[in-house]
Amino acid sequence: MSGRLWKVGVAPHVRDGATVAGIMWTVFAVLLPQLFLSAYLFGPRVLALAGVGVGTAVLAEAAMQRFLGKPLSLTDGSAALTGLLLVYVLPPGVSLALPFWGSLFAICLGKQLFGGLGFNFFNPALIARAFLAVGFPVAMTTTWIMPELPAFLAGPDAVASATPLALLKHSGVAAYLAQYGGLHGAWASFLGFKPGSVGETSPLLLTLGGLYLLWRRIISWHIPVAMIASTALLAWVFGPEGLCTGEPLAHVLSGGLILGAFFMATDYVTSPSQPLAKLVFGAGCGALTMLIRLKGGYPEGVCYAILLMNCVSPVLEDWVRPRRFAPPLKKD
Amino acid sequence: MRTSGLATFTLGGVHPPGRKAPAAGLAIEPMPLVSRYLVSLVQHCGAPAAPLVKKGDRVAEGQRIGAVDKGLGAHVHSPVTGTVAGLARAFHPVLGPVPAVAIERDPEAAPAAWTPRDWEHLTSAELLAVVREAGIVGMGGAGFPTHVKLSPPPELSVDTLILNGAECESYLAADHRLMLERAPGVVQGARVLLAILGVPRCVIGVENNKKDAVEALHQAVSEAGEGGRVRVQPLAVKYPQGSEKQLIEAVTGRRVPAGGLPAHVGCVVQNVGTAFAAYEAAALGKPCYERVLTVAGRGVGRPANLLCKVGVCLMDIADHLGGVGEDAVKCVLGGPMMGFAVPGLEAVVGKTTSGVLFLDAWESPDAPYGPCIRCGRCLEACPMGLSPNEMSIYAERRKYEGTPRFGLWECFECGSCAFVCPAKRPLVQFIRASKARLKSGGCKL
Repeated sequence: MSGRLWKVGVAPHVRDGATVAGIMWTVFAVLLPQLFLSAYLFGPRVLALAGVGVGTAVLAEAAMQRFLGKPLSLTDGSAALTGLLLVYVLPPGVSLALPFWGSLFAICLGKQLFGGLGFNFFNPALIARAFLAVGFPVAMTTTWIMPELPAFLAGPDAVASATPLALLKHSGVAAYLAQYGGLHGAWASFLGFKPGSVGETSPLLLTLGGLYLLWRRIISWHIPVAMIASTALLAWVFGPEGLCTGEPLAHVLSGGLILGAFFMATDYVTSPSQPLAKLVFGAGCGALTMLIRLKGGYPEGVCYAILLMNCVSPVLEDWVRPRRFAPPLKKD
Repeated sequence: MRTSGLATFTLGGVHPPGRKAPAAGLAIEPMPLVSRYLVSLVQHCGAPAAPLVKKGDRVAEGQRIGAVDKGLGAHVHSPVTGTVAGLARAFHPVLGPVPAVAIERDPEAAPAAWTPRDWEHLTSAELLAVVREAGIVGMGGAGFPTHVKLSPPPELSVDTLILNGAECESYLAADHRLMLERAPGVVQGARVLLAILGVPRCVIGVENNKKDAVEALHQAVSEAGEGGRVRVQPLAVKYPQGSEKQLIEAVTGRRVPAGGLPAHVGCVVQNVGTAFAAYEAAALGKPCYERVLTVAGRGVGRPANLLCKVGVCLMDIADHLGGVGEDAVKCVLGGPMMGFAVPGLEAVVGKTTSGVLFLDAWESPDAPYGPCIRCGRCLEACPMGLSPNEMSIYAERRKYEGTPRFGLWECFECGSCAFVCPAKRPLVQFIRASKARLKSGGCKL
């Protein structure tokens, strides 16, 4: 026994069960119900988009890690999650080329060239969406699909195939309310029976997923709550008929806000870690979202709002440091 | 954090798996005598003790064999009666090989008998000398010489003695069993320390997963008629409750300033095992050469709480307890959160050895580490409010000079950050490397 080799190594010698892979795949899993709903609403092509997006992301990660001489880390799920999130911010009618180019951009330029996991400035899925919006402007703004509504949700005027936010921006509140205003419309919007990006249609499923992540303490409440609250507040204050006449619910339930608040803005790498900084970060995401939606040229602003706040995140992180146990001893 | 209303510290903290069940229910048993003892001359913080014996000398149990007369340190005593086989080297988990005295036990010699004596009439200075002569050090693991800790700077006024019975490390039950089975001795130790310090009150902090020990101490306090001065304080179960600064906050609500001493907030903290050693020194005249330690882990035949003399090598302990299993991969001195993994079983028990853990690969998994994903869990876990994530990123890039502004010098390496890290980053290792590099570079910032 004296020749036996014992492992040495620095304490602690016990470790918590949480792993990066566990976190990533959990987030991946709680996103899936929305994907299945979208496949039902928009057809099986959605699954093909997801397959191409996730597959490309994983292969791109492997290729880049090989090229850069880094250890492969495909099983940690972070590339797969980026691929899935990218597909979630695409319109469901785009060609399969878009998730391919998008995932390639997200992983190669958005993530690996910055240093890989943990070192990217921007949320990779969102920076890739911004890239696609420039590279494929028509596909990214016109290939919406109007889902067929089940009988119990069918409203009188469910005909427009624009997204709710596009309707709101280009045709005004009256047109929006005609489709999404009544009880039927609101339910359809909440449950997810409305046109929109692949992964944003169902505030219900996304919120349930987000609440699960909160319960598992994978994310904290600060960013989602601050982002949703600031969006709702600004939507109400700056209404179309003057101050305090807005439709906060329309802005909260439509577009990518819920997806962004729970799954994009909470990305560990590109958001600050301290509660106060998180509140500022989330509120900034909400405020920029509303600025773009109300004053900008696009009907939707979640993507750019989060990307802009990603730029601010390092500053916020440096501004709010954890409170120390005690101040230094006063020398007298 | 769940605290169930019990006193605890406020910042950070984690809940490692307790794994105390097997050892916590086992009564203290004596480790049988072995033939050879290798007594390290560095069982304390400070310089090695100078050997007082040479090869061939006859030594008696409890005889002083190593002395520290100048500077920080503590005397060393022979654990048995026998013959000095020579001056040798013992393995120290931090310093590597250190001077030691090898003693062949005389199998004929009777065990030393320590007769009770009256210590109540002794003055504070006389009792302090007794503690110093007995070579008592902090038995929680740090090994800081107790007589030094009991002599706080005179300009600071101390009003509270805190006995540390938190035992927040997983597996360990040595302090638990000591408090349960030797409660009167611990309380007498508290009286000795109170007499030395001349302070009006003592609080014994015990994590509430040791309810029977709390009960035993309560009873011992009232039997000693010390209800007015000594209070037993149950604490929430949260690591690192047994850290000095965290325990002081849990018990008194005071926070020791960064770079300050417990005495700066009017406190002196001693481990319950140290108090018991002070009792033995004062009331029996027995020096500090044995202690209770927990042997546990799935890699050893059976767990135990051993009353073990210093100088026993780990191999002897393993043999006594049914040997080491095939699956054991790591041998840790101390607890799993802050203890030291030793490279071989030639390592010996010292005054600070609170546990010997034989861990298998399930208990102590080997996980390759990845990049920091900035999840912030280490920031929530750190009881000092530091930023281990940032320090690790700087250290990984060898930019050690970037670490102090994130609190490098306030880190006491409790391991909470590394415990929770989902990327399994060796955060303590990065922090230690930064400290070592900056110290050797002479640019302490």
